[in-house]
Amino acid sequence: MKSRHRRFAWIIAGLVAIGVAVALVLNAFNSNLVFFYSPSQVLANEAPVGRPFRIGGMVEQGSLQREKDSLTVRFVVTDTAKAMTVVYTGLLPDLFKEGKGVVAQGTLGKDGVFRASEVLAKHDENYMPPEAAAAIEQAHKGGRMQSSGK
Amino acid sequence: MANSWYRYASPASFHPVALRLAPVFALAAAILAIAGLYVGFVVAPTDATQGEAYRIIYVHVPTAWMAMFVYLVMAFWSALALGFNTRLSAMMAQALAPTGAIMAALALWTGAFWGRPTWGTYWAWDARMTSTLILLFLYFGVMALRGAIDDPRRADRACAILTLVGAVNVPIIYFSVRWWNTLHQGASVSLTAAPTMAKTMLAGMLLMTFAAWAWCIAAALWRVCAIVVERERGASWLAPDPALKGVT
Repeated sequence: MKSRHRRFAWIIAGLVAIGVAVALVLNAFNSNLVFFYSPSQVLANEAPVGRPFRIGGMVEQGSLQREKDSLTVRFVVTDTAKAMTVVYTGLLPDLFKEGKGVVAQGTLGKDGVFRASEVLAKHDENYMPPEAAAAIEQAHKGGRMQSSGK
Repeated sequence: MANSWYRYASPASFHPVALRLAPVFALAAAILAIAGLYVGFVVAPTDATQGEAYRIIYVHVPTAWMAMFVYLVMAFWSALALGFNTRLSAMMAQALAPTGAIMAALALWTGAFWGRPTWGTYWAWDARMTSTLILLFLYFGVMALRGAIDDPRRADRACAILTLVGAVNVPIIYFSVRWWNTLHQGASVSLTAAPTMAKTMLAGMLLMTFAAWAWCIAAALWRVCAIVVERERGASWLAPDPALKGVT
């Protein structure tokens, strides 16, 4: 083996070793790397207890309620399987909308209501002109009416 | 055939080629950027959910891609520098670090300005953003390490090792939005799926990507020329050339 070959072998072995080490570390810290938990995860007791955490999901259609004369809002966050009510006092981000993604930070009360101190909107990776969005909305309308009827 | 390529591993024969290629790439970058900005800001429609704020994508995505890609290229040259012990490979890696750092900084900066109107925050410690910040610090670290070691050949080796160790961060950035729940949305453009963007938006973004690509090449080539001249200043090929004296 030429010394040059040996050096490349060391470089590759080193990279593989680092890769494996990092993969193990990331795996071990998996729960600290998630930015938010879904309502299903929270209800399965996967969320941290005794410290604030974030929940994420969709704002359920028709669930947004505003209290009179205050900035307090109530809405339901759902991951389509499980849902959770969130209470928040403050300004909502511009992109906050029913049927859209949301991430809320706060604590879970004993009554099962999540008290948020911060609400962020999470948008998706789709970019389209308003006309295209309207066309898709139109096409989906029939299906959505059926599902909201139950 | 192979021998004719090895010839350019010598700084003396690479320097004039790089000096001639750099302006070509710089011109290409300017033309592509003008075209890309025109398509992005004039031709492309507004976005249905994000309105005009989405147009930051035309700077944010190309710079973020380049920040990752430049690091991989830097790691490639570092591996060659360690394995073959070639001077020019190390110089290429050295020349790429500031360019990559600028790209990473731009991606983070434009990302913050995008996050405020859409998410409602400038910054969040989610996996995508945190790993990109680490990428910026890796670029800074490589540059600082080089500055801290006087002997350039020792600096080459130390920087190459640090660069290769840090390369593990690049796949983490790329796959972070898939591996973990993040505030950052998933990829709109990938090699495995059709892009989830309107065609004109995508065209503008790709034009800007090629512009960023060309600019990075031009900047790196000019910088590597300066590094060659600085590090080979005692060499016979450099000293007696009266034409080069005017350049430096």
